[in-house]
Amino acid sequence: MTGTPVLRLTGIEKRFGDNHVIRGIDLDVAEGEVIVILGSSGSGKSTLLRCINHMEIPTAGHVEFMGNRMDTGAEPYRISERAMRDIRRQVGMVFQQFNLFPHMTAVENVMEGPRTVLGVSRDAARAQAMDLLARVGLEGREHMYPSHLSGGQQQRVAVARALAMQPKVMLFDEVTSSLDPELVGEVLKTMRELAREGMTMLVVTHELGFAYGVADRVLFLKDGVILEQGSPKEVLVRPQTDPFRQFLRGFHEFGLPPLED
Amino acid sequence: MYEFNFDQILQNPGFLWRGLQNTLALYVAALGLGLVAGLVVGMGRYSRRAWLNWPATAFVEVFRNTPVLVQMMWFFFALPMLLGQPLTAYAAALLALTSNAAANIAEIYRGGIQSLHRSQWEAGKALGMGYGQQMRRVILPQAVRRMIPAFTNRAIELAKMTTLASSIAYAELLYEARLLSSQYFNPIEAFTTVALTFFVVLYPFVLLVRRLEMDARAR
Repeated sequence: MTGTPVLRLTGIEKRFGDNHVIRGIDLDVAEGEVIVILGSSGSGKSTLLRCINHMEIPTAGHVEFMGNRMDTGAEPYRISERAMRDIRRQVGMVFQQFNLFPHMTAVENVMEGPRTVLGVSRDAARAQAMDLLARVGLEGREHMYPSHLSGGQQQRVAVARALAMQPKVMLFDEVTSSLDPELVGEVLKTMRELAREGMTMLVVTHELGFAYGVADRVLFLKDGVILEQGSPKEVLVRPQTDPFRQFLRGFHEFGLPPLED
Repeated sequence: MYEFNFDQILQNPGFLWRGLQNTLALYVAALGLGLVAGLVVGMGRYSRRAWLNWPATAFVEVFRNTPVLVQMMWFFFALPMLLGQPLTAYAAALLALTSNAAANIAEIYRGGIQSLHRSQWEAGKALGMGYGQQMRRVILPQAVRRMIPAFTNRAIELAKMTTLASSIAYAELLYEARLLSSQYFNPIEAFTTVALTFFVVLYPFVLLVRRLEMDARAR
């Protein structure tokens, strides 16, 4: 790893009342790195992602983004409204349920962030949005409303919407989990493209194939801590801990042999 | 068998025409101001901050749980004594109707905003929008669409309430009809005309609401 990490998490904790979801996580993310976060449900992987852009406010620890510490340093954890909006502008997020704005067309969805938050002119925002939609394979559907698009298309609009803010980091929170199986591929392909172009990405997913083929590093979370991490070619094949081995075994339960021509 | 005779009314259109104009002047102002004030109060009701929520809640409860006629009398007879300055009948009627409309409309706004899923707020937040931007660009445009049937209902109620202003001698339609009827001894024709005027204007809106509600359910 060279230079300052884009993102550095130190001792991140998150409690919801008595529920201690994240129990101390340290993580450095290098520029251009693709990290896939695995773990069973309730392991805290989504919460960890949401702590990064402060959709959830961490209970303890701190987040450094581009070398700047986000919170004020006070105890308990405090962050200014300004710093919070700042990090959200520069860290894109894509959700499991897409969360597109249903009253706007695809292109309006993509224009919305730059227009409202960055104050970009309508023409510039539109030009960029058209480019981005073409990039995620949605040429010709720019003026359709989300309700007239398939789940996979909606999710790609959501990716374009996040990219329109020209983020330094992208967070993907189980973005294929609510898609029909035949639509998963198109979204994963878009994400692989993005990874190849050098985007720094943190991806919570159950798509182990994607982790194996695209990730630089895989984390396995259990009970709010990183139990294991390493290169996918290593850890996905030779897990060192029992819980991770068990987790992976679940995916091998029913396997197909490779396709014949 | 009574024989209707609308001659006096047709020969003196000035009475009812003036009444209709005054009714409209009161109605349009009360509805417009009520929609704006209702939005402000509704935001307060929706807010979790006590210093916004409490006054808004108090306002809504007071104006929803007292008769509009009493409010109107209070603004016309009581408030000027407290202020030491007289209020015109128009001002008092407008204050009462606007406050009442705002209190009811505030609850429509609150309900509409609450009906939107949390994920819509999150989507705006994730783009770095502030509270006002999320409200203005994401939440309200969607909520208002859902609120249109309820708004229209409120507008119809408010139109009927304007007749209460006759009790403080504001010269709207009903007041003018009473003048007319005492002058020509034709209460049957005078009040029938007022009732018909309201019916003819309001009934299409009632049908419209029904249509909107059906559309909303079909969606």
